[in-house]
Amino acid sequence: MDKTYDVDQMPKKNPLSLQIDLSKFEKATDEEKKQADVMSESTSFFKDGMRKLRKNPLAMFSIIVLVLIILMITIVPVVVPYSYSDIITVNGKRDKSATNMAPFKYSKMEQQYIDEGGKVFPHIMGTDELGRDYFVRVAYGTRISLLVGVFASVIVLIIGVLYGSIAGYFGGKVDLIMMRIVDIIYSLPDLLMIILLSVVLNEVLKFDGHGILARLGTNMISLFIVFGLLYWVGMARLVRGQILTIKKNEYVLAAQVSGAKSSRIIRRHILPNCISVIIISAALQIPSAIFTESFLSFISLGVKAPMPSLGSLASAARSGITTYTYKLIFPALMIGLITLAFNLLGDGLRDAFDPKLRR
Amino acid sequence: MDMNYKPNPEYLVEVNDLKMYFPVKTGLFGRTPLKAADGVSFAIRPGETLGLVGESGCGKTTVGRALIRLYKPTDGDIFFEGKRVDDKSIGGLRKDMQMVFQDPYSSLNPRMTVEDIIGEPLDVHKMYTSREDRRDQILNLMEMVGLNAEHATRYAHEFSGGQRQRIGIARALATKPKFIVCDEAVSALDVSIQAQVINMFEDLQKQLGVAYLFIAHDLLVVHHISHRIAVMYLGKLVETADSDELNANPVHPYTQSLLSAVPHPDPKTAKNSKRIILEGDVPSPLHMPSGCPFRTRCRFATEQCAKEMPQLTDRGNGHMVACWNK
Amino acid sequence: MAEETILSVVDLHTSFTTDKGEVKAVNGISFNLTAGKILGIVGESGSGKSVSAYSIMQILEKNGSIKSGQILYKGEDITKWPESKMRDFRGKRCSIIFQDPMTSLNPVFTIGYQLEEAIKLHTDRRGKEARDRAVEMLELVGVNEPEKRIKQYPFEFSGGMRQRVMIAMALACEPDILIADEPTTALDVTIQAQILELMKDLQAKLGMAIIMVTHDLGVIAQMADEIIVMYGGRVCERGTAEDIFYRPAHEYTKGLLRSIPSVDTMGQRLEPISGTPINLLNMPKGCAFCPRCDAAMKICLEQQPPETRTVDGHLAACWQAIRTEMDAGMVRVEQKA
Repeated sequence: MDKTYDVDQMPKKNPLSLQIDLSKFEKATDEEKKQADVMSESTSFFKDGMRKLRKNPLAMFSIIVLVLIILMITIVPVVVPYSYSDIITVNGKRDKSATNMAPFKYSKMEQQYIDEGGKVFPHIMGTDELGRDYFVRVAYGTRISLLVGVFASVIVLIIGVLYGSIAGYFGGKVDLIMMRIVDIIYSLPDLLMIILLSVVLNEVLKFDGHGILARLGTNMISLFIVFGLLYWVGMARLVRGQILTIKKNEYVLAAQVSGAKSSRIIRRHILPNCISVIIISAALQIPSAIFTESFLSFISLGVKAPMPSLGSLASAARSGITTYTYKLIFPALMIGLITLAFNLLGDGLRDAFDPKLRR
Repeated sequence: MDMNYKPNPEYLVEVNDLKMYFPVKTGLFGRTPLKAADGVSFAIRPGETLGLVGESGCGKTTVGRALIRLYKPTDGDIFFEGKRVDDKSIGGLRKDMQMVFQDPYSSLNPRMTVEDIIGEPLDVHKMYTSREDRRDQILNLMEMVGLNAEHATRYAHEFSGGQRQRIGIARALATKPKFIVCDEAVSALDVSIQAQVINMFEDLQKQLGVAYLFIAHDLLVVHHISHRIAVMYLGKLVETADSDELNANPVHPYTQSLLSAVPHPDPKTAKNSKRIILEGDVPSPLHMPSGCPFRTRCRFATEQCAKEMPQLTDRGNGHMVACWNK
Repeated sequence: MAEETILSVVDLHTSFTTDKGEVKAVNGISFNLTAGKILGIVGESGSGKSVSAYSIMQILEKNGSIKSGQILYKGEDITKWPESKMRDFRGKRCSIIFQDPMTSLNPVFTIGYQLEEAIKLHTDRRGKEARDRAVEMLELVGVNEPEKRIKQYPFEFSGGMRQRVMIAMALACEPDILIADEPTTALDVTIQAQILELMKDLQAKLGMAIIMVTHDLGVIAQMADEIIVMYGGRVCERGTAEDIFYRPAHEYTKGLLRSIPSVDTMGQRLEPISGTPINLLNMPKGCAFCPRCDAAMKICLEQQPPETRTVDGHLAACWQAIRTEMDAGMVRVEQKA
């Protein structure tokens, strides 16, 4: 026999020598045994997910970027003494020369005022073609874009979850009919709907006054309506699929055997187990809504002037793209940062919380 | 359904001619019934264990689930303590009939603590007077199944398979049922842990007098735990007998080959014994052979087997066999 | 018959890196595989039996790697082989069949295509020759009408039939070693009996060595010439089937054998092993089994037992066994100061 291992080389009869403390050959007590057998630390699903999320550098970076952006859009309009809609005034006088200035430049009137000992807040991103401070406008634009994104995804979340959970839980004919409606909605062209709706709404609703809706304009309202009418179908499908899989789990059967009612089963067993997937998908919905809004504003179907959004800022910057490149760069950079951060965060959340990816 | 059927008051659970068909789409418009259980009859006495064995797809799980009305049977009568089990009566019977599931991973909700999982049947039936009473009952149940009370606030995924199965059993015991369906309750466990859980089932039966329908594919386990055994093949019962009688003296050719196919953990008998190896596979339940479903694999099949399904007949001492040739 | 060791594993360590720390799945196992014999590796989930088999084939998942040790195939250490040479080793010298015959075959290709691919990959057979070989292999594993079945897709085969196809594929290039990882666990008992019988027949006909990885002591008893019992990534005991089943020396093996229900235990209580399975992230310092062992001694908690020859002549790593050997004068103990 080919000998490769030392024990096999050990002759059968010759004794093996060991150095052992013979007193150790006593029976061990139960306590001693228990010390060798420890259960690992208790973690809940949420804690475990957060721990994974914290270890994901991209997701953490996205959170920091988003927090910085949110800080910027709340603080900047308060601190910077310019308004998004008004032309810069120096010492109470309109400064008509302060148009299209490069970042950190002052106009003649401002320079004069500074020389006289007055103080002028710097134009961090310069000014636009009408002489408005661009930094404030970008901050406001970001605010509007983010609001549109969050609001749209909330609409999608509410309608999609309700619709999808009804179809998924009751199944059968209810499911069949509800999902065919979803299929029909899927086949409607969304951009066409937005354009048509905004034209119609423009005729029907004539806003004057100063409410937030009036300032946003009918285009935005039609955007929200279209989101509410069309964009929830993806979410509804996702929720329905989730519920169908969860329904098959034996713990749902166990609850039925216990005599639990449908409402209890949905509340205690089904929703808690698909909530993470729903939230992840809602987080990924935000950048897509921001994209749509920016695109619509870019083709001037977006917010009503003078209210800026990132898309309309980028659109306005097109005209002077060779001379005033920075005016396109700032809003475009903002859109890029926001969508990238939300997408990376959504991916990070998925890795940390999606039950399918963990065991 | 036979509305005139008179249940025997001696039995805790009585099943008469249970049929459970699932419609399966075949082709564009066709629907063929999948006969998961076709005319199954048996009875279980209080405090007794009936083992239900058969290979995958034979309908044993369907019978268990129809019994506690997770499915609505296509036809047949089920009685519990002499009362007919139907949509109306089941609400009141839920407390008395419980189930332990196969998969210790998917049978516990990952978002709930052990305390809430075991407490759910108590919550549903409002079986406690105060928060303290609820907690006491839960800790009692945990102790009964050998779980450490300190673990009440932990989540299910932190436990090993065997401990998870104990949690599932504690949940089933919470309402103090008289009858528990154990659907492959030990099949997913390692041998050493399986033995712990089997012992626990036996101890609980002695303590609480609960009856089991013990569904499993492992004949050694079923033989160990059951008083009586029923053997199922393609939706039909082919043989029922006392556990030892069935093991010593199997009559139906299917039972014979099933018993001889069991690999015994003993090298000498395992290597020397002559086994009856069945040819071929189990036919699809959508295309059931005519007559006796086993005839396509049976050594003794005759023309009569193809014509008519044999009925279960008593061969003495309650040993029931459904076979023309034996 | 001269006994030739075809494969020896020496002090193999395999670990997986997870976000909860390093999981030491295999902790220094050693064994020899004799040509033409059936070696059974038996253990419960988490014992490292499958990881050992995958380590030999070097088909571990991405986060797993062989940390140290040697795997000698005909005297050559295959852990040092480059991937190109390993590809040749897999399939041609050593093949593996897996537990789940339902997912082991690609559903979009015919059985024949998949078999022929395996044959073309490792041999010079092409075209009709490869096809003939595929038909021949199907016939060998007991598939009826192989010419017709070869044109069918996996979904037209039952579980047992698919496992036969997997065996045909594994044996198509006449490997020296066949690793079977729980080959019958997913199958029904009557089908399991068919497959086990087939494997024994094929082994007698083709003469390859088989490593049979399973948790089922009944299957092992029926199949194996030699048995390795594993727990917590370590070898507890190894010897012939008779040694392990009739003369177990390790406390774990004894407990395992006591806890299986058998024909004789009806009406008696089983004697299970107490406690819960080992947590691989939190291994005890001493013997891996000591927290669950009824006969555990102080030394078991502190020191890993060395593998020694038992009074019956097979190998075990258990302090209780060593105590018996001391009493029999087989181990000389020098009292430590």
